Amino acid sequence: MTHSLSRRDLFKFGGLAAAGLGGASLLAGCGGTSASSSDKTIKIGVLGPFSGSVAQYGIACRNGAELYFANNPSIGDYAVELDEQDEKGDATEALNAYNKMVEDGVIGIIGDVTSTPSIAVAQASVADNLPCVTPSATAAEVISFGPNTFRACVTDPFQGKVMADFAQSQGWKSVGTIYNNGDDYSTGVNGAFVEEAGKKGISVPQQSAYQDGDVDFNSQLTTIISAGVDAIFCPNYYQDDGKIITQARQQGFSGPIFGVDGWSNIASGQYASAADLQNCYYCCSFVATNEDAGVQEFVKAYKEKFNEDPTNFCALGYDAANVLAQGIKGALDAGGDPAKDDFKQAVIDQIAKGKVQGVTGAISYDGTGDPVKSTLVISFDADGTEKVFTTIDA
Amino acid sequence: MTVLTQVLNGLQLGSIYALVALGYTMVYGIILLLNFAHGDIIMAGAYISWIVMAQLGLGPVLAIVLSVAGCTLLGVLIDKVAYAPLREAPRLSILITAIGVSYFLENGAQLVFGADAKVVPSYVDVGNVQIGAAQLSTVALITVVVTVVSTAVLTFLVQRTKLGKAMRAVSEDMGAARLMGINVNSTISFTFAMGSALAGIGAVLYSMAYTQASPTMGIMLGTKAFVAAVLGGIGSIPGAVIGGLLVGFAEVFVSAIGLSTWKDAVVFMLLIIVLVVRPTGILGRTMSEKV
Repeated sequence: MTHSLSRRDLFKFGGLAAAGLGGASLLAGCGGTSASSSDKTIKIGVLGPFSGSVAQYGIACRNGAELYFANNPSIGDYAVELDEQDEKGDATEALNAYNKMVEDGVIGIIGDVTSTPSIAVAQASVADNLPCVTPSATAAEVISFGPNTFRACVTDPFQGKVMADFAQSQGWKSVGTIYNNGDDYSTGVNGAFVEEAGKKGISVPQQSAYQDGDVDFNSQLTTIISAGVDAIFCPNYYQDDGKIITQARQQGFSGPIFGVDGWSNIASGQYASAADLQNCYYCCSFVATNEDAGVQEFVKAYKEKFNEDPTNFCALGYDAANVLAQGIKGALDAGGDPAKDDFKQAVIDQIAKGKVQGVTGAISYDGTGDPVKSTLVISFDADGTEKVFTTIDA
Repeated sequence: MTVLTQVLNGLQLGSIYALVALGYTMVYGIILLLNFAHGDIIMAGAYISWIVMAQLGLGPVLAIVLSVAGCTLLGVLIDKVAYAPLREAPRLSILITAIGVSYFLENGAQLVFGADAKVVPSYVDVGNVQIGAAQLSTVALITVVVTVVSTAVLTFLVQRTKLGKAMRAVSEDMGAARLMGINVNSTISFTFAMGSALAGIGAVLYSMAYTQASPTMGIMLGTKAFVAAVLGGIGSIPGAVIGGLLVGFAEVFVSAIGLSTWKDAVVFMLLIIVLVVRPTGILGRTMSEKV
């Protein structure tokens, strides 16, 4: 116990990376040996917020990963054992959970889920060279610390750029933005959108920030609407976006409102009414009504297991599990031994050169942890059903 | 016309703060307790509306009635269970109890309803009102009107009824009031009932405007309303309304000039300035002002 506490402190206060590295790889080695050699199982970590204010994303990703391993309970000769750790949406808790998993001897992690804790985990995991596949952390920095972190989703800047392309294709000349200033995700997408919009000759007369936890956006919306914009860009998570859309419509704005993948769930959870969602668009890589056969099979299996429709996050959790599992399988096929420390590097190499047909599209990596994927733009029917409006190729 | 819309935005936000601040101020006025669980009573009210409309599929009228009644009962219950046994205890004990009740309600709601925000369906399908070139939100107009009416009714109850007289007497001197034959405990219960009923009305108006109920929604709302109550002079009914509107307008004004991320800082700065210049708040003066 004292040992683990002192290691946690090392991670928490950063800086002493060398000491952390020594302790962590030693422990990881021990854990791995005892777990896998005796009973032919491998442990895979699932890290995310399963309680707290962003729990819905963590639970969705966890469900997706659980479904994948329920369908594929073993990789090669090894039975998969999931090690699920709750980080409550907090970066410090995420590091604690990460350290716990390293002690448990996981050979790879599906997670983290939201951007800020994912950055913390990505920084810490470099020292252990532990393969991490985040289902949904879209901030640019997440994969920048080392070659061991991959993501199943597309990035913040990428989504911002895609939506600027989309705005241009729709002929919107002037766009106002409203974004959460306390969230890397929102500020990242907003920045990329504004930059790309500038290149494409779309004017952005008003960028309004709001604070985490705000519920009243009327004042910002009044300012944006009175600037005479054609459309409002709203790159936040759906709970806020639902309120923003409702309040904008209450103020009589009937123009287009559009956002990015944080919107998934906005219609199914009725965060905004179907009437208010008319003329609203968002981009994502997954929608349950997509008629693709692989997607429909996933949706059916998910419904059977969890008794609800899967969201984008569920699909990304499933694909992240798939990416990691294929990497492990590749490393095993190449004769790797999970008990050895170089196995982790083998998994990383396999992920980097593999191609996985996921439910959110075909995922491959071209030298970075960022996937190459196509993007769907979603709109809403009169009854609020999501439909694929158009597809934007990578 | 932007100005008109912004004024309405300020009135709407300020009205909700005012309704919540009234609950703080009334309870403080009578037993000198900062009821930190007050914001969470609003959370409970929003969940009741959600249960009635989204889960049971019943009408909005029933949702409003049950939300207000539920909040009233919850307020009285909290007083009876948590605060009444500590009536003679040091004030710090009861203050800490209030914080405990607040955590209990928040975590209880998370346990029962989960961490996700629940969407409260719209009570009425209202749309907008066109005045000149400005489209005004009907929800905002309803909020302002309901707040004005509630405050008028409350003022009447406190100033013109026997129970109101008893409340004022208890707040001035609990011991003397008891000697005069006033049932102090039932008077305090009545105060909690009224404050919580206002919280119930606030919950309905809040859910109308912001459409979501979540376990932690009462925290910031409660804190802001507490600031409003202190700003206006805690214990004073018109003070709470003035404080609420002031906080609402300050937030909207700061957002309107493009400094929306400074909103909370400005509100709390306003509190500090007022407390330095007038330590009792804007209208907080003599005991007779207290409820």
